[in-house]
Amino acid sequence: MTNGWIDIKNTDMMLIMGGNPAENHPCGFKWPVEAKRNRNAKMIVVDPRFTRTAAVADLFCQIRAGADIAFLGGMINYALENNRIAKDYLVNYTNAAFIIKEGFKLPEDGLFSGFDAATKIYDKSSWNYQEGGNETGKAVPVSAAATPAEGHEAKAAVVPVSTAAKGAASTPPPPPSLPPNIAYDLSLQHPRCVYQLLKQQYSRYTPEMVERITGIPKDQFLKAADLFTSVRKNGDMKKVATIIYAVGWTQHSFGTQIIRTAAMLQLLMGNVGRAGGGVNALRGHSNIQGATDMAGIFDILPGYLKVPNPTDKDLKTYLDRITPKPAKPNEWESFNYWSNTPKFMVSFLKAMYGNAATKDNDFAFQYLPKVDRNYSWVNIWNDMYEGTVKGMFAFGMNGVMIGPDSQKNIDALKKADFLVVCEIYPDETSAFWQAPGITPDDLKQINTTVYRLPGAGFAEKDGTFVNSARWLQWKNAALPPPGDCRLDQDILAQIFLKIRELYQKEGGKFPDPILKASWAYTLPAHPSLSEVAKEINGKALADISDEKLGISLKAGQQLPGFAMLHDDGTTSSGNWLYCGSWTEAGSMQQRRGTEDPSGLGIYPNWGWSWPANRRVLYNRASCDLAGKPWDPTRSQVWWNETAQKWVGNDVPDFKPDSKPEEHMGPFIMNPEGVGRIFVPLGAMADGPFPEFYEPIESPIENPLHPSQSTNPVVKKYKTKMDKYGTPKEGYNIVCTTYRLTEHYHYWTKNNPMNVELVPEPFVEIPAELADQMGIRGGEKVKVTSARSDYIAKAMVTKRIKPMMVDGKKLYQIGMPIHWGFLGISEGEGRTAKMPANLLTPTVVDPNAYTPEFKGFLVKLEKV
Amino acid sequence: MSDRGTLRIQQISAHPGPVAGEGAQRQDKVCKLIDTTTCIGCKACEVACVEWNDMPFQTTYFDNTYQTMPDTDWNYWNLIKFNEDQHDDGSFAWLMRKHQCMHCEDPGCLRACPADGAIVQYSNGIVDFQQENCIGCQFCVSGCPFNIPKFNPNTKKVYKCTLCSDRVGAGLEPACIKACPTGCLHFGTKDDMKFLAENRASQLREVSGFQNAGVYDPDTIGGTHVIYVLHDATKPERYGNLPAKPRIPLSFTVWKDIFKPIGLFGAMLGFVGVVMHYVFEGPRREQPTPPVVRIDPPPPPAGKEN
Repeated sequence: MTNGWIDIKNTDMMLIMGGNPAENHPCGFKWPVEAKRNRNAKMIVVDPRFTRTAAVADLFCQIRAGADIAFLGGMINYALENNRIAKDYLVNYTNAAFIIKEGFKLPEDGLFSGFDAATKIYDKSSWNYQEGGNETGKAVPVSAAATPAEGHEAKAAVVPVSTAAKGAASTPPPPPSLPPNIAYDLSLQHPRCVYQLLKQQYSRYTPEMVERITGIPKDQFLKAADLFTSVRKNGDMKKVATIIYAVGWTQHSFGTQIIRTAAMLQLLMGNVGRAGGGVNALRGHSNIQGATDMAGIFDILPGYLKVPNPTDKDLKTYLDRITPKPAKPNEWESFNYWSNTPKFMVSFLKAMYGNAATKDNDFAFQYLPKVDRNYSWVNIWNDMYEGTVKGMFAFGMNGVMIGPDSQKNIDALKKADFLVVCEIYPDETSAFWQAPGITPDDLKQINTTVYRLPGAGFAEKDGTFVNSARWLQWKNAALPPPGDCRLDQDILAQIFLKIRELYQKEGGKFPDPILKASWAYTLPAHPSLSEVAKEINGKALADISDEKLGISLKAGQQLPGFAMLHDDGTTSSGNWLYCGSWTEAGSMQQRRGTEDPSGLGIYPNWGWSWPANRRVLYNRASCDLAGKPWDPTRSQVWWNETAQKWVGNDVPDFKPDSKPEEHMGPFIMNPEGVGRIFVPLGAMADGPFPEFYEPIESPIENPLHPSQSTNPVVKKYKTKMDKYGTPKEGYNIVCTTYRLTEHYHYWTKNNPMNVELVPEPFVEIPAELADQMGIRGGEKVKVTSARSDYIAKAMVTKRIKPMMVDGKKLYQIGMPIHWGFLGISEGEGRTAKMPANLLTPTVVDPNAYTPEFKGFLVKLEKV
Repeated sequence: MSDRGTLRIQQISAHPGPVAGEGAQRQDKVCKLIDTTTCIGCKACEVACVEWNDMPFQTTYFDNTYQTMPDTDWNYWNLIKFNEDQHDDGSFAWLMRKHQCMHCEDPGCLRACPADGAIVQYSNGIVDFQQENCIGCQFCVSGCPFNIPKFNPNTKKVYKCTLCSDRVGAGLEPACIKACPTGCLHFGTKDDMKFLAENRASQLREVSGFQNAGVYDPDTIGGTHVIYVLHDATKPERYGNLPAKPRIPLSFTVWKDIFKPIGLFGAMLGFVGVVMHYVFEGPRREQPTPPVVRIDPPPPPAGKEN
């Protein structure tokens, strides 16, 4: 979340889409309700089903699963057409005024410039800013101005250039970079300024087109668009709207781009950085945010440092590659906070390798693995299926159940040599050999050795949870693990110590990364999580001082914040973002101060939020150019003329002494300093603007460009298990999967109270479709996808209506994911013992590699 | 389920004499406010109820709904009723209403109960069953306009929501209130809750476009100590058969309001008659003692000892 849970109470308008917070975040949903009750805030819910969230919404739109970019693109178009935009914010805090290089082409035909059909990869060199300077009011040939009506001309003009770019792609050009002095036009009139390109791009997303794609009737869409953008009526900046989403947006083959569209809409309307605004991802587990921050993803290190790859021959090459240089109009300032990357990285290496990391050995940079391929979730399982991955440690997740195409995952495990599962219940992954359909003869063929390690539940461990609002909150253990169960950190530590012992005894190809890893815990086999938390925060390794900050530290002292990190090996920090969470003053995560002087729900002394205990990110943008809050009743930070610095109720997310006249951009993590409406270069794999593509399994051809229906850079997997269905083969119902309030993933099917609340799996079916097929509620139905089939009882409901999509009648169905083949009701034979993910396709988003669980095609029949 | 130590009793079922302690200490009337317009049907209240009251789990079955079970049960006192509410004009709502004992000001169960002390009403308004006095006749079941009391065939007793009289007696809010994540449940004095509820209803009418929004606190039973804010207070039936005008069955009102006074009046008449008889006829005079006739029991048959 750019903002936080409590902050939602400050909003005037909510768009909840791609998420069902009442269902999945009922406690956090308190705050949207508070906003409704105390501020008369409006709530718009857009979902394939009328959900628990929709039940308390002011306006509900039923959307076809996967059509979100069309809806949001239509919103952008509506905001632009009706002048519901934040002009000053747009010009000064975003890259709307920046001019894009000649040769960039919008995807009228479904492809941006630079696409290579053979490799399915874009050459992104044309997705860049033009070098220049202030072009305001200069040299804008009227005929070339790209107004929506002249879109075709613009297209014709750029096509040859894009062909040229394709030709050039055969000889590898030097890696493109952002120009240091970006050309811009503050009048926003230049035909290739981001604003004009944006207008042109989304002029195609008319209300009629939105209706064709999403299935939301035009008048209803207009109602939603009017309501949401009404906060910016007549350019008034006082009101704020928030966008709230969850995995309903991420789990698509274009998921990252959906979120981008939301971010663009919020930038356009000036809602980012402000109390009650922002783009707010609701995390689906208690510590998913923490897992991501601490590198629970293959392509990042803790603190979102990019993972090294084989081209990084030394630390300098790596740091040069990943440290961005400021790129902005000369007249503007950019903090470019990532320029501190070397400090973060060297401190991380010091935390990893301690004294073994010295200046002379590049701070042991070579000990880090160099990631040479995509190790994302679906790839790992695909590699295991193909026999290249031989074993797996599965901690804290039920791999067979959570990934797409469960059968492929089960078959992959059959081929593995070993599987180690640490869980608190016997789970389907560790019992994959008991999956339905495996006969005693099959069983003889499975040679995988399975180790089950009894871990500890969340209430049996102390440590922190990092919530969606980026708050680190310490929890105490409620009770010790039962029986032979052990704390997860003990299990991991003991495995590590054993491996290190083996390396010591037997040597190996490259034992140093293991032998020299820092392991300075009081009890090496039982590291306490408070020691780990202190290590992550980091400490001074020598006496250091900073005159400007007025801080001096003795060697060994905990660091007060990441501003004190050094790139010379005098500091260590396991994750720069968490630096400041456990200081000399103690654990900030354990603070429980309930005072909230501003009334904005900031609670500065409760727990600690990264970065620097800042509750709302980019909060400089909550002020106008002069540094005064857009809405004085919701003052977060402001420029104090007397003190000559930024002060406020929240921690300013800004260079504290940067005067407003310096025109430093509020989006300090971008080298431009401004919010990106257009994403230059390689930050996105599939385009600098989001374009609507159909899900990989789609009931219709993309009405925008039937010749390029789906995301062009998405790759399909090629094993015999990876099958994808089409409407021609009879797969003509759109299906989506989700969770229920009453259950937590695959754990609570072992708990009688939860099972009492919802005892059995079901398939939600629109009443009209059920009537046609003669299905009554409670009767068993079979759902078949190209992968597999799934049997459960029908829940016939009026909460899913039939829809008209591109002139065709379409039905959507949905199913919760909580059941498998181990559990109370499964044990009693009351369910069909099937994982819902038997049905889902192995296809992933090209940016985040998240599988497309939402919106695939199925057939439905009565059993 | 009683807490006579901390809560004052106002009414006792089938109790012949005066109510001990009645009026000795004034207690505010308590009330639970359920704002159905902010209920998300998360069932936290259901779980809290089962857990606080230590109720045994039961097997449930899928019934084409999100609702946990068709109705409350002797071991399940709190149930969110889910209703898909389709209107002819195409508008649709998914109504969720937390269903439990309404704690009527004029409780039909208490009126119907023939067992002395099996049902009490505390002076704060909570209606509570005292299972140790329950005779299992289930008259309370027929007396309730909301179909709340549920019979346990094993113990032969009737059970229902106590409004957590044990917690309230100790100064705590009921378990369901504590568990509610969205704040759609409130607990306090009846006056405060009415005030909150009316405010919310007017907000719904003026801001959210629910012209018929209102508060459910039916006067046909003297009001309730559980009140609802409804989007449409003119049609409470849409919320899972919430009766618009709940009434105690005539037989029980006739019993308590007519026959019972008549009976009492008859008994009083009898007593008056006795007194009059004494006054006019004087005390009973000594009658001559009849001669005592002694009848000896027959001797036991001989030779048959065992």
